[in-house]
Amino acid sequence: MLLLADFSPIKPDFGLLFWTTVFFLIFWFGIGKFAFRAIANGLKQRTQDIQDSLNQAKKAREEMSQLVAENEQLLAQAREERAQILREAKEAKEDIIAEARDKAKKDAQGIINNAKEAIENLKQEAMVDVKNQAGLLAIDIAEKVMRKELQNKDDHQKYVNTLLDEFKMN
Amino acid sequence: MCKVRSDTITLPYGKKRKNCYKISFISDTFAAFFKRAYELVNQGTQMQKEILVFIIGVLFSILPLGYAIASDHGDSGCDLHGHEDFDAGSTALHHIADANVYSIGPFNIPLPCIIYEPGNGWQFFSSSRFDIGHHGDGHMSYNGFVLDGGTIRKVVDPDFPGGQVDIAGFKHTKEDGVFTSYACHDGNLYLTEAKSTADFGLFGGGITSFYDFSLTKNTVSIILVFFFLSWLFLSVAKAYKTREGQAPTGLQNFMEPIFLFMQDEVCKPFLGPLWEKYLPLIMSLFFFILGLNLFGQIPFLGGSNVTGNLAVTMVLAIIAFIVTNVSGNAHYWKHILWPPGVPLYVKVILVPVEIMGIFIKPLTLMLRLFANITAGHMVIIVFISLIFIFGNSGESLGGSLGAAVGSMLLSLFMMAIELIVAFVQAFVFAILTASYIGAATEEAHH
Repeated sequence: MLLLADFSPIKPDFGLLFWTTVFFLIFWFGIGKFAFRAIANGLKQRTQDIQDSLNQAKKAREEMSQLVAENEQLLAQAREERAQILREAKEAKEDIIAEARDKAKKDAQGIINNAKEAIENLKQEAMVDVKNQAGLLAIDIAEKVMRKELQNKDDHQKYVNTLLDEFKMN
Repeated sequence: MCKVRSDTITLPYGKKRKNCYKISFISDTFAAFFKRAYELVNQGTQMQKEILVFIIGVLFSILPLGYAIASDHGDSGCDLHGHEDFDAGSTALHHIADANVYSIGPFNIPLPCIIYEPGNGWQFFSSSRFDIGHHGDGHMSYNGFVLDGGTIRKVVDPDFPGGQVDIAGFKHTKEDGVFTSYACHDGNLYLTEAKSTADFGLFGGGITSFYDFSLTKNTVSIILVFFFLSWLFLSVAKAYKTREGQAPTGLQNFMEPIFLFMQDEVCKPFLGPLWEKYLPLIMSLFFFILGLNLFGQIPFLGGSNVTGNLAVTMVLAIIAFIVTNVSGNAHYWKHILWPPGVPLYVKVILVPVEIMGIFIKPLTLMLRLFANITAGHMVIIVFISLIFIFGNSGESLGGSLGAAVGSMLLSLFMMAIELIVAFVQAFVFAILTASYIGAATEEAHH
């Protein structure tokens, strides 16, 4: 048996039993519900928030890297397009130059031809004029010859021919 | 009257009694110092005296310190020869007991007394009616009740005068392990009886003529801790609302790791999917026990031994028992009452063992916490008592000096251990309750 005489803590006193029950039950149902459950919920909420934030950050990072990739792609595309545009521009330039050159050539040719034609025409006109002049001259000569009284027919003829030749050659 | 040696100082104290104070000293200076110290400590309980003397002993360890207080009850007319010598066992038992007075240092704070006498009704009065003296002994009786060592007892003799009458002192006897207390009034010794206790005679208590529902030292400690914990956790819980989405700071930050540890290491693994349902109970048990354990260890605050009182641990264990068995599902009861897959002859042994187990589990919860905390409180008191034992009740100066140094080291070590014990026992109570509930609510998985 217990040798300790007045070991009172081992004798459960009704008063302490009662008050402990009262205060523990209030603690359990009051603080347990309004504090412990609230804290647990708060912690759960925050864990969820942190997880959400992490997920969002991850998503944002992924989107970012995707955007960067897209940008690079766009840039490469733009570069390519620029090169193509430059190439096309060059080609166009060359074409234009060539065309212009051809056209200029053609025009020049046309001008030349026209000039030639005009020259020819003028020449023809001149020839006609000359011929007319020659004719007139011939008539003049003939007249003069005639006026010289047509003495030597052969000499006359010869002389006419010579004159004609001279005109022809011109 | 006590014998006064030529090198001692005699100090009268108290209005009813005279005390003799014996101290050996080297010089008058030290004598004056000790005189003042005595005046201070003599108004406190034995615990405070011991602690104060202990501190003085450490501070002035160069001084040969002998200390003794011998009580003399003067012309009480009764033969009150009790414990003239220092008795470490009695001192320890006095300090771990519940009391109807809260003593802090030199102050005896009277507490409300609520007494129920079957057939006589309820009585409400303050324990200041007892005119509390040192050691929690009342100098007066009130309506037949006396305050003996801080605890209310009732004079058995029905002819004992009612109202307030003088009590000259108390006489304690111990025969065949039975503790008996007598109150001395008007030259006569009156037998007193203790309040009713719920041990049904098992530990020397039982039902007597009155019940004490007073707000005792332990009850007041529970109330203080209750309000402190309520404030603490409500403000922490509030922080989760007001500071939602922000990092925790201050109190919230301090409590959160402890809370999370209990939640993630105790509730979730043991209670499985039901952890949220039982979280308030497990947390309440843990923090309630922890708060009371730590409260009892705050120096110079009365050192109340709340969780080292069987009544408190009994309530907690009964709650654990009720919750476990009310939550028990068919699977749990089937395994207790008719374990499957076990031969009949084994069932004959196993079933009674399992049924006993239902009761033994909360019983161990109750006793483990009680024994650990009570033992912790007692060990510290006993270590401090070494000063008085080695000091040979004030006769041996060198003994008390040497013991003061040794006692200080031992006490410091024990206090450190007790801090760990406070956490470990609260944790063990909570984790075992969680495991019992977990076992009772586990679904069959085979």
